[in-house]
Amino acid sequence: MLKYTKDHEWIRLDGDVATVGITAYAQEQLGDLVFVEFPASGKAVAPGDVAAVVESVKAASEVYAPLTGTVSEVNEAVVAEPALVNSDPLGKGWLFKIKIADAAELDALMDEAAYKAQLG
Amino acid sequence: MPSPHSDTHIDTHVDTAPAGSGAALKRTPLHALHLEHGAKMAPFSGYDMPIQYPAGILKEHLHTRASASLFDVSHMGQVLLRPVAGDLGALAKALEKLVPVDVCALAPGRQRYAMFTNAQGGILDDLMIGRPVAEDGGEHFMLVVNASRKDADTALLTEALAGVAAVERRDDLALIALQGPLAHRVLAALDADAEAMKFMDLRGLRLGGVECLVTRGGYTGEDGFEISVPAAAAEATARLLLADPAVALAGLGARDSLRLEAGLCLYGSDIDETTTPVEAGLGFAIQKSRRTGGSRAGGFPGADMILRQFEEPPRRRRVGLKPLGRAPVRGGAQLYESETATAPIGTVTSGGFGPSVDGPVAMGYVEIGYVGAGAAASPPTVYADVRGRRLPVAIVDLPFTPHRYRR
Repeated sequence: MLKYTKDHEWIRLDGDVATVGITAYAQEQLGDLVFVEFPASGKAVAPGDVAAVVESVKAASEVYAPLTGTVSEVNEAVVAEPALVNSDPLGKGWLFKIKIADAAELDALMDEAAYKAQLG
Repeated sequence: MPSPHSDTHIDTHVDTAPAGSGAALKRTPLHALHLEHGAKMAPFSGYDMPIQYPAGILKEHLHTRASASLFDVSHMGQVLLRPVAGDLGALAKALEKLVPVDVCALAPGRQRYAMFTNAQGGILDDLMIGRPVAEDGGEHFMLVVNASRKDADTALLTEALAGVAAVERRDDLALIALQGPLAHRVLAALDADAEAMKFMDLRGLRLGGVECLVTRGGYTGEDGFEISVPAAAAEATARLLLADPAVALAGLGARDSLRLEAGLCLYGSDIDETTTPVEAGLGFAIQKSRRTGGSRAGGFPGADMILRQFEEPPRRRRVGLKPLGRAPVRGGAQLYESETATAPIGTVTSGGFGPSVDGPVAMGYVEIGYVGAGAAASPPTVYADVRGRRLPVAIVDLPFTPHRYRR
């Protein structure tokens, strides 16, 4: 079951590892992505820290760590082929994984119904 | 996420009327057509404009370079200058007091790139000055100015040309750009006279029964045309052009990446009131007649400063900037001589991803000592500050993609 942030990220928890990506709505708003980088790869992060930068033809956008923990893995496939984030944002276009420190933080995130309500 | 912190023109040149203030965005005559084609709309210079269509900026950009794209640029200002008593020569002379270009020698059926300058030699706006072939309406000039500057330009012209010309803002006209290597074929199928036009020619063409004022040129680096058409006929004209299978719609996003690859300036980003034409590499627009020793040298605002810069190079100069990695370097990034230097030697004014280059491209200003280190085997490298890191950037000649004008 996916969780969501108001910043249009999705989070899927497997044990103590959260996989994070951006939603279909977000990739559609950003347009064709041409560059992805992970400034926090291997580092400890807290909510609000920049974990990824995704750039479209016209703009750069930051993707924040939604949870406290350590960025344990980043998706090298989207570095090589940023368009994967557009074509498969919830699958092959995932961005990074966080080994989380406190599972209780997930309770503060939105479920799908709440996220859809936010999109209106 | 989407929290874009870039400064592409799309994000920064938005009119900043606060949401809910009731300041309604203006619409062009093609607004309904954009919505019908699924355009993503955004505010731009007070207008609700199409940034991209469902194809997306990458495909729209590449289609323009391979075929032909239709851009709605009706937000731009069209200003007609009609000389009082029919004396076009007197009007040309008066216009030359505002711009450093030769207006007097502009032949009928031609247009010319120009800029309004200020007393410091800065640029108040850049524009096209066209001289239509005289018909029964009498001789006049037709100007195309930037959307964000059209009110200021109209006021400047009205004051400066009082008693010499009537200044008419032609908000009753739309402007459609048809750009790309197949544009000439599309237009010639509607009016064969299009084919004979050369770069910067200006002609009246009849497109589907509608009289249009058409210039050959544009803002993409490709061959193409800009079509001034009565607002009431704009949608029919656009549909006529779109009926050709070579033509697809393209938005302001692709327009920006195309002009950036072509090395063309965006007013408000690459040129403004603090940059002179010579610093901006626009000296080509200042003909010999207006330079020192010319028949009508000087006589425009900032002439002392601008003409001196042809003799003594200015302190800085606009250059092409090619990031050596994959990361885009965007407008506003500071440039440094080394990875550790603390004093910037330049600034990026426009930057992003070039779909035809298939990599990042940018332009900006650097101190003159870094320009044309010329004979060196490899281009000089400087460093751009991007999110706190120094990324290597080569100083290169513009454009990134060669111009393909029909001269």
